[in-house]
Amino acid sequence: MGIEGVGARVARKEDKRFITGAGRYVDDMVVPGMKHAMFVRSPHAHAQIKKIDVKAAQAMPGVIGVLTGKELKADGIGNLICGWMIHSKDGTPMKMGAWAPLAVDRVRYVGDAVVIVVADTKSQARDAAEAVDITYKELKAVTDASRAMDKGAPQLHPEADNNLIFDWDIGNADETAAAFKKAAHVVKMDVVNNRLVPNAMEPRAALGHYDKAEDHYTCWTTSQNPHVARLVMSAFYNVAPENKLRVIAPDVGGGFGSKIYIYPEEIVCLWASKKTGVPVKWVADRTESFLSDAHGRDHHTHAEMAFDKNHKITGFKVETKANLGAYMSLFSSATPTYLYATLLSGQYDIPAIHANVKAIYTNTSPVDAYRGAGRPEAAFLVERMLEVSARQFGLSPAELRRKNFITSFPHQTPVIMNYDAGDFATSLDMALKAADYAGFEKRRDKAKKAGKLRGIGFSCYIEACGIAPSAAVGSLGAGVGLWESAEVRVNAVGTIEVLTGSHSHGQGHETTFAQLVAQRLSVPLDSVSIVHGDTDKVQMGMGTYGSRSGAVGMSAISKALDKVEVKAKKIAAHLMEADEADIVIENGTLKVAGTDKSVPWFQMALAAYTAHNLPGGMEPGLKETAFYDPANFTFPAGCYICEVEVDPETGQTDIVQFVAADDFGNIINPMIVEGQVHGGVTQGIGQALLEGANYDAGSGQLLTASYMDYTMPRAGDVPFYKLSTSNTPSPSNPLGLKGCGEAGAIGAPPAVINAITDAIGTENLTMPATPQKVWAAIRSVKH
Amino acid sequence: MSEISLTVNGRRVSASVEDRTLLVHFLREHLGLTGTHVGCDTSQCGACVVHVDGKAMKSCSMLAAQASGSDVITIEGIANGGDLHPVQAAFKEHHGLQCGFCTPGMIMTTVDMIARHPEGLDEATVREELEGNICRCTGYHNIVKAVLAASKTMSKASKGKAKKAA
Repeated sequence: MGIEGVGARVARKEDKRFITGAGRYVDDMVVPGMKHAMFVRSPHAHAQIKKIDVKAAQAMPGVIGVLTGKELKADGIGNLICGWMIHSKDGTPMKMGAWAPLAVDRVRYVGDAVVIVVADTKSQARDAAEAVDITYKELKAVTDASRAMDKGAPQLHPEADNNLIFDWDIGNADETAAAFKKAAHVVKMDVVNNRLVPNAMEPRAALGHYDKAEDHYTCWTTSQNPHVARLVMSAFYNVAPENKLRVIAPDVGGGFGSKIYIYPEEIVCLWASKKTGVPVKWVADRTESFLSDAHGRDHHTHAEMAFDKNHKITGFKVETKANLGAYMSLFSSATPTYLYATLLSGQYDIPAIHANVKAIYTNTSPVDAYRGAGRPEAAFLVERMLEVSARQFGLSPAELRRKNFITSFPHQTPVIMNYDAGDFATSLDMALKAADYAGFEKRRDKAKKAGKLRGIGFSCYIEACGIAPSAAVGSLGAGVGLWESAEVRVNAVGTIEVLTGSHSHGQGHETTFAQLVAQRLSVPLDSVSIVHGDTDKVQMGMGTYGSRSGAVGMSAISKALDKVEVKAKKIAAHLMEADEADIVIENGTLKVAGTDKSVPWFQMALAAYTAHNLPGGMEPGLKETAFYDPANFTFPAGCYICEVEVDPETGQTDIVQFVAADDFGNIINPMIVEGQVHGGVTQGIGQALLEGANYDAGSGQLLTASYMDYTMPRAGDVPFYKLSTSNTPSPSNPLGLKGCGEAGAIGAPPAVINAITDAIGTENLTMPATPQKVWAAIRSVKH
Repeated sequence: MSEISLTVNGRRVSASVEDRTLLVHFLREHLGLTGTHVGCDTSQCGACVVHVDGKAMKSCSMLAAQASGSDVITIEGIANGGDLHPVQAAFKEHHGLQCGFCTPGMIMTTVDMIARHPEGLDEATVREELEGNICRCTGYHNIVKAVLAASKTMSKASKGKAKKAA
């Protein structure tokens, strides 16, 4: 099984349908009688709705229904909620303003959904949407979180005075203040983590179908977690009870966090299907995606780090303003708190940390978790701080880091996390070698002769994946548990279906999960099928985000396989009249160890189902279920080194080398892991060099709402990457996996900015470091 | 309404479509060829690339009526029966796709690129030629590898054929 099992570079089973055009995405679904929806969205960042006149729209050709928030509310559909409770430092709960799926009397960002139009064709729906006449009274808007708490700033929600959602603390303020009093050196910096738009290539979509005869709803949706969607739509939004609501997330074209959340559109499509009597499909335009998908990042931070005379870090003080946009998205409160501030210790032994986070409403699209979610913000801050400090002290950035690395595990940080395993020096050494760090100065000199500025930058990131255990996250405010489920069904002829609560939207679960099963049960990879993404098939699951599908999802499968193995061995032992303790599974058979007696796997399976000759008292069949709740987070970590060449005449940055040395613990399929790093690093480079969601401060219009205005990384913007991995297994799950989906997006931005600032000789540079900004920064130091 | 008649993947099709119907919507909604995707509204992403009369074309950037009389090939039409096209095979072998949404457009662009560069391709050319195709998953690393590998395979195959013919 070496060529198909754990650790093998197996080509993906799911590829065939994608490379032949046979993928099945929501927009590809056709249901008899299906009609098309358009949403009428607010053109204003902040306004009162004075009047909605739908008469002209209703009279347009092909129109079936034009529905408003008033009708939705009258039918008892609830407001959207944030599912993670955060308490401010004074003990008061976060201030959640009302978010109606269709705005009733006020809109709070450009793109806020107001009316749904259903028509025979999408073009007719679009025409009719333009005929909906809404009278607004414009209000002043604020888009910048650093201004939203100013006196006289526009107020978004009556629940939140000064637009403040929560004012939250972590760590120890007194110990940190004491560390600063005794410090030999203090390094201070202000950092902006730029707002990003996730931009999965498949726009969000929903198809709602109400079956009147059965009083039952089906929702096809672009979701990373269909079961959570069903739970939330049922328990909180009053769409339908769970047994009357089936949610299907078929092939989904990327997520990166943006498809975790339950958005207004899927709720409204389901409700509109009942209201109009036809199945209703909505597919976002790209600009609609820019406006209505949850954005990521958008932090303003002031930080100070204290060092003793030997340059050992003694304290870290952080104040962050997090822009959550106009409404609290489903997990928006967790991102700038438990996913951010808990990682502020980085890879370093820091005895005292204190962080304060203020979450703030603004008239912008809601902000929630986007690839990395809080951890990129933490890594950027910590790794910029270490690099800048090393430069100020005249030390090598590698050696300042090494001096402060945590070297013994488990390690309790002052900000909740208990790092269970890691080997940070090994990653650093691997990266230094791969980057030929020793030869850098020569390369810098050569570039200088060619009129280029060459720089090198480090990033020693750590992150936390597979958030768990459920009881712990519950105590921190989570509204859900973060376990995963699996069901392993061995069919009568020995083929296997695995039903998982994880959801694959590019991660390759149909291959990697099958590799685990093939290895454990000694069956061919082709005889294993992975079933996911349908609440009628899989009983319950928590979905895919936070790099949890390996560490949590596969661990659940592993536990179910344990049970299958026990029963299979019992059956085989009975058939061969042997002791079950002597049975081994190998080469497609169950063997009595040390003898030539064996039963083929399929024969054992058939025996389980014919039930003619089973051990006394044993139930027929072979199907086992497991729910797995991990003992701890996992902690992937690594070292990235970026080398850039900047053209001082144009400000253009070229990434000439990018080295990633990651420690992901054990690895199921190195090819897929590398692919995750390539994609993550590219998104990180995108954040550092190219991407930024910009709002016009006065009007609150999103200025970067298309691919003509928002710079997505293209093939020509990035090089081939040099990757390597070390493997310190995670002790917190049975497979020793840590997770690899987000590392690149977490580790890359500081490495890139550290490299550019090294090249140009000033720290005064914000992301994205566009040619214009880099050019201006060069001129700010060159007199 | 426009009456149109064209060949799609070797099959003659005729239809009456709204004048404003884009080629991509005709392929997806009238013919059910949903392998061609729509990823943006500004002709930037390239998820909708098909071949019109042998040239790669963003099918969101032309009307169905403009394609009347043309020979259109989509992602569904490039494999030879059960055998994958060498570009499809290279994307699979080199893990040049993750979520699969941009993949049909990437593959159609690549087939055209290789045809225009019978002399072979280098990394810089491939990266430049992929300017009009956006992928959010792969970071392009394995896509570029797949394109280079397919180019090699196909130029070998065509050299082989040329030798045989000689």
